[in-house]
Amino acid sequence: MTEARKYLAPVTNPETKPFWEAAAQGKFLIKRCTACGEAHYFPRSICPFCFSDKTVWEESAGEGTIYTFSLMRKSPTGPYAIGYVTLKEGPSLQTNFVDCDIEKLKIGQKVKVVFKPTEGAPLPFFTPV
Amino acid sequence: MTIKGKAYIAGIYEHPTRHAPDKSTAQLHAEVAKGAIEDAGLSKEDIDGYFCAGDAPGGAWPMVDYLGLKVRHVDSTETGGCSYIIHLGHAAEAIAAGKCSIALITLAGKPRTGPMPPRATGAEADFEAAYGATTHNAYGMCAMRHMHDYGTTSEQLAWIKVAASHHAQYNPHAFLKDVVTVEDVLNSPMISDPLHRMDCCVVTDGGGALIVTTPEIAKSLKKPLVRLIGHGEAMKGPRGGKDLDLTYSAGVWSGPRAFEEAGVTPKDIKYASIYDSFTITVLMQLEDLGFCRKGEGGKFVADGNLISGVGKLPFNTDGGGLCSNHPVNRGGMTKIIEAVRQLRGEAHPKVQVKNCDLAIAHGTGGLLGVRHAASTAILERV
Repeated sequence: MTEARKYLAPVTNPETKPFWEAAAQGKFLIKRCTACGEAHYFPRSICPFCFSDKTVWEESAGEGTIYTFSLMRKSPTGPYAIGYVTLKEGPSLQTNFVDCDIEKLKIGQKVKVVFKPTEGAPLPFFTPV
Repeated sequence: MTIKGKAYIAGIYEHPTRHAPDKSTAQLHAEVAKGAIEDAGLSKEDIDGYFCAGDAPGGAWPMVDYLGLKVRHVDSTETGGCSYIIHLGHAAEAIAAGKCSIALITLAGKPRTGPMPPRATGAEADFEAAYGATTHNAYGMCAMRHMHDYGTTSEQLAWIKVAASHHAQYNPHAFLKDVVTVEDVLNSPMISDPLHRMDCCVVTDGGGALIVTTPEIAKSLKKPLVRLIGHGEAMKGPRGGKDLDLTYSAGVWSGPRAFEEAGVTPKDIKYASIYDSFTITVLMQLEDLGFCRKGEGGKFVADGNLISGVGKLPFNTDGGGLCSNHPVNRGGMTKIIEAVRQLRGEAHPKVQVKNCDLAIAHGTGGLLGVRHAASTAILERV
């Protein structure tokens, strides 16, 4: 028997608090730098590209494609699919692919964000469209 | 400024154990330190520099005290499995600058006896920790994308394990001594797609140590002379998620830096120690270091090309992490040690490379598919 998978609740901090507050409303935020125009993820207050502090929150469409994945077969909570999604807005991020037959995942497949509850703020995951 | 030729590896020691439930981690550090100091023909009182990473219990000052050292230079740079290759470069810098003259580097731990403490997390923790990235799946993600982009196959990856097993059969201390076939690898259970169990390295207790010193002191000792002539280090991560490409590692930066400093090219290398946490790690590093073009690693490693006496690039002639030893889940130390054995002519006769006068020791640390470090050392027999 495998134990049900419980997700770690985000600790949060002043820099990332708006992200988790939006997540509780079902909104998926990324950061964009108004100086160089680049979007990034996970969110930082200072742009990791041009080092400007003129970064702003932006709601992502939550849509993207699978960049890569791996099916973790050996886990006390059962197999899971970890991977990276490249968002329509540009940045790629690490996630799990959920609510799907993980055996059928393919690189390039279209996915969208779905939030899952934790004991704290909900966490973003992705599922095939 | 360069460290080329300014530091020699005068002592090496790899702990013969692969399972040490009856020893403490600090004790293993002391045993490998003693082994390397004796190999060099020195005494503990001669050590004036100490280098250790995250595996040293409590870090540098408890270890310096436990070992009874009196040092004037310390460095506890922690970059996972490649820490010790980075330490080698830093020791050379310190020696060249006169900050120490005989440096000790140690690694030891017991992951086979019990679980290792969790990795420290960074600012990314809330945005990644819940997704269960582990060594297996982080490297699996790289392999999956490498296969997608370049047509690399599981059969090609399997050849890396096959080559390691051909070498391990001659190592009496190897954790796995059986020669395996491509079919054996492909038939082993899938751990994290597309990596099978035999694509993964072993989990062993143990450790290793190095003595790094000045040219003058090395020449006063009795061991064959092996010196560092080029060194590089680099780091890579998703960096905000822009232009993510998991098919190359930080080795694309550490490698050229080391080759440039050494004034040699991959074609000149007679023996290669390449960190083999997984088969895909080796394949990507060979490409990143320039032994073949990006995407052609699969063809390069196939058909025994990495087997000593058979192929063009003998690698990991001790059996590497895939078969022999992977102390503390960190492969950098044993990579340097086997390269020095080859340059000294002390490798097993069945795997000793003829006229081995130039070798590379290269490793990565952290998770290749997430964020990691890489370090490259070019070593020369004088």
